[in-house]
Amino acid sequence: MGLAIALVLLLLCVASVFLFSGHYGWFPPLVSTFTDYDKQFTLTLIVVAVVFILAQLALGLFVWRYRDRGNNQAKHIEGNNTFEWVWTSLTFVIFIGLGILGQRMWADLHFTEPPADAMVVEVTAQQFQWNFRYSGPDGQFGHTDPKYVDESALNFIGLDPHDPAGKDDIMTMNRMVVPVNQPVKVILHSKDVTHSFFVPWFRIKQDAVPGMTITIHFTATKTGEYEIPCAELCGLGHYKMRGVLDVVTPQEFQDWLKKQATGQ
Amino acid sequence: MSEAIHEAHVHHPPKGFIRKYIFSLDHKVIGIQYYFLALFSVLVGITLSLLFRMHLAWPNASWDFMGKLFPTGMPGGLMTPEFYLSMVTMHGTLMVFFVLTTAPQGGFGNYILPIQIGAEDMAFPVLNMLSFWVTFVALVVMMMSLFAVGGAPLSGWTAYPPLSALGSISGPGEGLGQTLWVISLAIFCVGSMLGALNFITTTLNLRAKGMTLMRMPLTVWAWFTTSILGLLAFPVLLAGGILLLLDRVGGTSFFIPAGLVVNEQLVHHNGGSPLLWQHLFWFFGHPEVYIAILPGMGVTSQLLATFARKPVFGYKAMVSAILGIGFLGFFVWGHHMFVSGMSPFSAVAFSLLTLSIGVPSAIKTFNWLGTLWKGKIQFKTPMLFAIGFVSLFVTGGVSGIFLGQTGLDLYLHDTYFVLAHFHLIMGVAAIFGIFGATYYWFPKMFGRMMSETWGKVHFWLTFVGVYCIFFPMHIMGIAGHPRRYSDPSNFKYLAGMSTYHQFITIATFITAAAQFIFLINLFWSLWKGKKAEDNPWHATTLEWTIPSPPPHDNFGGKVPVVYRGAYEYSVPGAKQDFIMQNSPEEV
Repeated sequence: MGLAIALVLLLLCVASVFLFSGHYGWFPPLVSTFTDYDKQFTLTLIVVAVVFILAQLALGLFVWRYRDRGNNQAKHIEGNNTFEWVWTSLTFVIFIGLGILGQRMWADLHFTEPPADAMVVEVTAQQFQWNFRYSGPDGQFGHTDPKYVDESALNFIGLDPHDPAGKDDIMTMNRMVVPVNQPVKVILHSKDVTHSFFVPWFRIKQDAVPGMTITIHFTATKTGEYEIPCAELCGLGHYKMRGVLDVVTPQEFQDWLKKQATGQ
Repeated sequence: MSEAIHEAHVHHPPKGFIRKYIFSLDHKVIGIQYYFLALFSVLVGITLSLLFRMHLAWPNASWDFMGKLFPTGMPGGLMTPEFYLSMVTMHGTLMVFFVLTTAPQGGFGNYILPIQIGAEDMAFPVLNMLSFWVTFVALVVMMMSLFAVGGAPLSGWTAYPPLSALGSISGPGEGLGQTLWVISLAIFCVGSMLGALNFITTTLNLRAKGMTLMRMPLTVWAWFTTSILGLLAFPVLLAGGILLLLDRVGGTSFFIPAGLVVNEQLVHHNGGSPLLWQHLFWFFGHPEVYIAILPGMGVTSQLLATFARKPVFGYKAMVSAILGIGFLGFFVWGHHMFVSGMSPFSAVAFSLLTLSIGVPSAIKTFNWLGTLWKGKIQFKTPMLFAIGFVSLFVTGGVSGIFLGQTGLDLYLHDTYFVLAHFHLIMGVAAIFGIFGATYYWFPKMFGRMMSETWGKVHFWLTFVGVYCIFFPMHIMGIAGHPRRYSDPSNFKYLAGMSTYHQFITIATFITAAAQFIFLINLFWSLWKGKKAEDNPWHATTLEWTIPSPPPHDNFGGKVPVVYRGAYEYSVPGAKQDFIMQNSPEEV
């Protein structure tokens, strides 16, 4: 029985190495400047793999080696203070060390302002779509108020028709277009319940909370279409609340802006 | 001191069926009542999981017979997304509250703790009885929520407002179903708080002569610490629940800000914060998960020592670790909220504290391994589950090292990676604690042995099964699969996930079927199991000094005196390889 347990634990370790090799599902390729994420993940994975494998194999080894063989005696060991101090300190240093190392990328994301030339996109989440807004040529977002919301007229965010600043605002449904290599500042709102803006390829996620205005930023490094799943349970349509982040060349972006402006 | 209390608590065995088995004041009967409440809840919870796992594996399939059973939720046999979400919500709720917060503490803690400290009953037997029946009423209300008109709630076991606060305009099930759910939880909180008071007082005041704190078995330390957590955490959930109920039916806006437009309707609430609920909920919610696991940790220590015939390695360190986990557990709730919009500065503090909690957990793991080192291991069924606990605790625990880091949680939050983490720790390790405790204390509680052979079969199928179910979820989370999606096929990037879903669903069905082996073993053994002796495992703690099953007052009028610690196994020079706690033997 001890041997059986040991073999199963060995199998667990082998299976985990296979599974975590990346060949059976992994992060989608990174397409933003947020390279620290993958580095920190890999570092943590290596540390965890060592700890995990050593612990499972030790467990397997001990239950096999120290099985009741009829003629053996258990040793009355009550503990070992040296071991306790050593493994406690080591664990503390490793865990806290990982935590501190990882704070740099958190700081980059949340404690540093996006550059002043960042392009601003406003995101208003609702059950069950993503509304995006660009400020248009005047660089100003028009005033909004819930009383102006009229979904049949496609005014999802309640743009105030009397505010001149809003006349050139560009609004899209479920499609966010940004130029590559350009810092983008995202201002998150929600109209009804809590949603969460998640772009796996950019390694970013931020809840969009009703009553709050939350800002994040990113810079795309590769053109392409990237899906935006909602990552906070928001009701029955949560599973199909799908946006697309379309990263295009600067020229394509200008063309798109012009088309949106004339299309209005 | 304890003599005076002993005098005040002399109560004679009850007469009559109602007094003996229904409204009993006997902690042993109450413990069994909690256990069967948990058993009922886990069967419902597993059934729900089978239902939603079927949908995840084959989202477009329709099953006629299901359509007949659930005409609203599965019209034509095809599951609606709201039905899926309400299954997920009720699954989580039943499992976390009515299984993991009842059986380990209210079940085994109630039954065993007084005996292990040499007491005749809990300090407050009437309060004990009340705590069970209040919990029972909470379950009845929760079952009403499951079958409520309009559907069961779909906001998850975490019930974040505004989704859970706005009523039916935010979704099906958000009307009566959600209201009943909140009421049930509030009642549950009261039941838990009553229980917690009892455990704390009993442990501090009713220990027999010689049972110093440092001679208490680790199970007692675990139940004691768990009850402190319960006493401090449940009031916060109760408060949050009352505020949520008021927002729903009382016109208040604790959690609802101004300016919402839901389903094209302007919502006339104003001034509230959705984050406030998250803080209140998780201030409770994080200690709650330690409430779920600490008893299992205590049981594991007990089982490893008994069946390796060795003391628990590092008893003092283990006590410190239990207390440390309990204490630190109150300071980490923000790790559920790293991307919630909470201050990123708080996030850093919560992250470092969260990673620190890994330290006492690691100490416990090292000490369990140390308990096995140079042991003489007997592979009885309870031991198999204890060994399984260690393995599962390591697996579930190490994924916490990823999630506790703010930067990494950015991606992994609300993905299947989190599902893997908490299921392995709670939905398996804690359950293994319950299984181990069942096989171990069944002889004491019912005077009969469970089948060893079928216990082993149950262990193997379950151990391999749960790894098959939950281990692949790590990869699904890394691939970016969000939680609570009734159907991932709307997203191209998730196309590769359907094979995983099918594999997991098949593993779930097999593992669930294996639990019938346990059920049959349990019920069959109640009547037909081999008669058990007083101490079939040759263990050292006080419950093994009394008959199986115990008399009404536990010690037959003879209050025990304790001479030694709880783990005197294989003491050199002793007559046998174990010395019981009440033995005055000189070695």
